[in-house]
Amino acid sequence: MTHVITNYLTGILIVIGAAFALVASVGLLRLPEFYTRMHAASKAGTLGACVMLIAVAVYTDDTAVASRALAGVIFFLLTAPISAHLLAKAAYAAGYPLWEGSVHDEMPPRAAHKDE
Amino acid sequence: MSGSETFLGGAVTVALGLLCLSFLVTVYRVVRGPTLPDRIVALDMLVAVALGFIAVIGIRTGITLYIDVAIALGLVGFLATVAFARFVLSRGSYREKNAAEGETAPSNPEVKL
Repeated sequence: MTHVITNYLTGILIVIGAAFALVASVGLLRLPEFYTRMHAASKAGTLGACVMLIAVAVYTDDTAVASRALAGVIFFLLTAPISAHLLAKAAYAAGYPLWEGSVHDEMPPRAAHKDE
Repeated sequence: MSGSETFLGGAVTVALGLLCLSFLVTVYRVVRGPTLPDRIVALDMLVAVALGFIAVIGIRTGITLYIDVAIALGLVGFLATVAFARFVLSRGSYREKNAAEGETAPSNPEVKL
């Protein structure tokens, strides 16, 4: 009985995770410029990978494997925002332009960067 | 072969198909991407898609060693993105380079990297 529930839950979770990965890559394809593409990839892509790792943790009978999968989820959730933020900050400091349809720039003095 | 196992097999097949599609779309962005940060973001996304592939293959084959591979791949992807961000920062201004390349005759060629 437990196996039946586990199998259904795992199947649902991996399909949801793969759908999120597909949504993230479609956003990467369709959005107009770098900053909006990064918004799609770093949120939906991270969620997709994490949901699929949680599916492994649900599926397995071994506590060691489940805990390692959950540790991987936590690690990925911790590192993805850091790398996305660092990359956006670097691209902004290097002067990559925003999309012309953008309505607001929170960091207007673009030239005043101390590393330049 | 019970009903739940059939459902899980079908779900694995569907998930592999969706992941293949998203992998191809992301590779298109890596190849096409007009700027370097676009390519870096797409490579980061490729790591996430590869993590999904590893998880699905781990469920399908039952080999749990794949989870360690996933953790190591996540670490490598994070470090690569951080290193690429430093590279983007240290490569210099995108605007100056574009302005230099926009002119037909570059008056100061030392600006171009």
